[in-house]
Amino acid sequence: MTLDLPLIWAGLIAFAVLAYVVLDGFDLGVGILFPLIRGEADRDEAMNSVAPVWDGNETWLVLGGGGLLAVFPLAYAIIMSALYVPIIVMLLALVFRGVAFEFRWRTKRGQFLWDWSFAFGSILAAFAQGVTLGALVQGIAVEGRAYGGGWWDWLSAFSLLTGVALVIGYGLLGATWLIWKTEGQVQRRAYALALWAAPATLLLIGVVSLWTPFLNSLYAARWFGWPQVLLVGPVPLAVLGAGFLLLKGLRKRQELAPFLASLSLFVLCFIGLGISFFPYMVPHAVTIHAAAAPDNSLAFLLVGAAVLVPMILAYTAYAYWVFRGKVKAVGGYH
Amino acid sequence: MFDLDALTLARIQFAFTVSAHIIFPAFTIGLASYLAVLNALALRTGRPVFIDLFNYWKKIFAVSFGMGVVSGIVMSYQFGTNWSVFSDKAGPVIGPLMGYEVLSAFFLEAGFLGVMLFGRERVGPKLHFVATLMVALGTFMSAFWILSVNSWMQTPAGYGINEVGQFIATDWWAVVFNPSFPYRLVHMLLAAYLTTAFVVGAVGALHLLRDRGNQAARIMFSMAMWMAAIVAPMQIAAGDFHGLNTLEYQPAKVAAMEGHFETHAGAPLILFGIPNAAEGRIDYKVQIPLLGSFILTHDWNGVVRGLNEWPAEERPPVGIVFWSFRIMVGIGFLMLGIGAWSLWARYRRRLYDAPWLHRAALVMGPSGFAAVLAGWITTEVGRQPWTVYGLLTTAQSASPIDAAAIGASLIAFVIVYFALFGAGTFYILRLMNHAPRPAEPGLPAEEPIRAGGIMPGPVMAAKNALPAAE
Repeated sequence: MTLDLPLIWAGLIAFAVLAYVVLDGFDLGVGILFPLIRGEADRDEAMNSVAPVWDGNETWLVLGGGGLLAVFPLAYAIIMSALYVPIIVMLLALVFRGVAFEFRWRTKRGQFLWDWSFAFGSILAAFAQGVTLGALVQGIAVEGRAYGGGWWDWLSAFSLLTGVALVIGYGLLGATWLIWKTEGQVQRRAYALALWAAPATLLLIGVVSLWTPFLNSLYAARWFGWPQVLLVGPVPLAVLGAGFLLLKGLRKRQELAPFLASLSLFVLCFIGLGISFFPYMVPHAVTIHAAAAPDNSLAFLLVGAAVLVPMILAYTAYAYWVFRGKVKAVGGYH
Repeated sequence: MFDLDALTLARIQFAFTVSAHIIFPAFTIGLASYLAVLNALALRTGRPVFIDLFNYWKKIFAVSFGMGVVSGIVMSYQFGTNWSVFSDKAGPVIGPLMGYEVLSAFFLEAGFLGVMLFGRERVGPKLHFVATLMVALGTFMSAFWILSVNSWMQTPAGYGINEVGQFIATDWWAVVFNPSFPYRLVHMLLAAYLTTAFVVGAVGALHLLRDRGNQAARIMFSMAMWMAAIVAPMQIAAGDFHGLNTLEYQPAKVAAMEGHFETHAGAPLILFGIPNAAEGRIDYKVQIPLLGSFILTHDWNGVVRGLNEWPAEERPPVGIVFWSFRIMVGIGFLMLGIGAWSLWARYRRRLYDAPWLHRAALVMGPSGFAAVLAGWITTEVGRQPWTVYGLLTTAQSASPIDAAAIGASLIAFVIVYFALFGAGTFYILRLMNHAPRPAEPGLPAEEPIRAGGIMPGPVMAAKNALPAAE
């Protein structure tokens, strides 16, 4: 039996990206909501809820980028030059919010600056990621083994919409995370914010999903063609179900259910993307197998990944288990 | 700068982001080891002053490590944004090595940095020592893989080329342990240790100048001066070996470093001069006859090849390489001088009572960073016009991006890096300006559990210690 290494790696990279989106999603979301949380103590509490985990979350982005270079160098080369602007913007924005975690505690006088740096960086990073996603979905011009378009091709009404959608979606993840991890005033504020963000997110998921088939007939065929509609149909139905649970949980003031429902929305949307993309790495231009490095490169790194990724996962799960419970403004977790 | 083409701008941008990044690892690699040593000394001797020193440097480590992380995320994407053709062609070889860097750094850092920062009170001194050791090992593993990548680009080995023009590995062992890798690894690790030693020495000297009785300042100054006295000569020897290896594999680079245009038997050692690439000579040169051949070939009449042996388009830019090499070597010998001076002061039992030595050590505080940057400029500019030496040129490696886009992002990087890393450097200098004191506090209690984030060990310990808090 021979292993289909490119397919295994496509799955691993997809997993790293999904892990990044849901994990950094909620801590970016807390940053996005930061300007809407008033008062120093409340902001301390919100920031403390993500402080222990944010950089572990963000390392998945390095793993996604580094992994793409290692195993799908052609896709990495094409995507990074096609989406040059949004990716550079995202990286700079992540610098702004990343340093804020450390610098905020090194100054009293300048703290407001780092609060703004945290919020601004989070919003911009989320928006740039959404634009990147939208630009990828709408397709990239490829000539030979390189990007063949201009440096503004990524900009379209669709990619701006996905940018806004991701900011609001991350905001929803952040709000429901805060509902779960805080209490009192911050939690009340988070409920109010989530009640705005939840319907907005569901609406935007609907608009993006309905727009996508019109971008390219291959997407339309994938989603509406017979008989595969029977296979893919459950995904939108599950989205509706998760949306219902989310709204119900918020109305009933449940603490964990809204966060889990929001996470499921992201996972389902990601599965939807996977259905749209497969078997392409760069939609409708480069397939997974065409983008893959030779098998001996994939095998060489797979040995390390097979040992280390489970260890990282176990460690991460353990860390979240240890940090269970509500956070306080002062003294971290209690 | 509006005349610059996309290739030049891409090179400036990459040089800027990678130079900004290397500053932090150069410091944290050495500092992680220093923290491990302090921790070991605290365990062995039980003297509280070592804990004070550990806590003092730990705070500085946290801030610079944070900046290293964010500037490192940028680097993992710069290969694709600026050098997409290179990424496509060399990705199958260098990608997995970088993947190992990410995986091992991810595991060791995420796992143990938090425990190290969070303090030995929570986990007990033994586990804390193990965590510190693991962080030091993690920084070493990062350096190992990244330098392997860089060295492979300088001296490619163990590769083949497939039907679509990509480099592929035929022998991973030969790829990882390519000819220049051992030399570069040793040279860079020693550079990181020296850089840290001179920062630690400068901080110790500063506080000795203010209060020569400060016990912690005495210890850090003394330790730093031992490092200078021992490691500076080792580094000069390692640099010489590295240079000989470069002469074997990249002779054009050495010709540019030495400023040789003509091929000589019995070549002089050019100390200073102004390279004149257009005319193919060094103006106003000061030189020592025959010494150049002796250093490079260990024979007074050995033949040293000059740049004229290569076609003009295959020569590196002489001016930059010639000067950056002299800056690096000059700083190396100044470091050697400080080390020797400290040995003399120690012999006369005046190490803590030598204000001029302290002033000199203070001035030399940032010298390691300058030497590291100058050294990297020497090796990276010196291997031009190639990205993969002799096989793929820099011009062939670039992304198809308009000059305007690269120029705009370059300006953004410069502004953001100077503003944010400037602020970070200011906070670090402010931490260094505080004298280390007995019972040096760890991270203040009101701050959250953070930076390096995932640290279940200490929290478990805290929970077990305070069950009522649950």
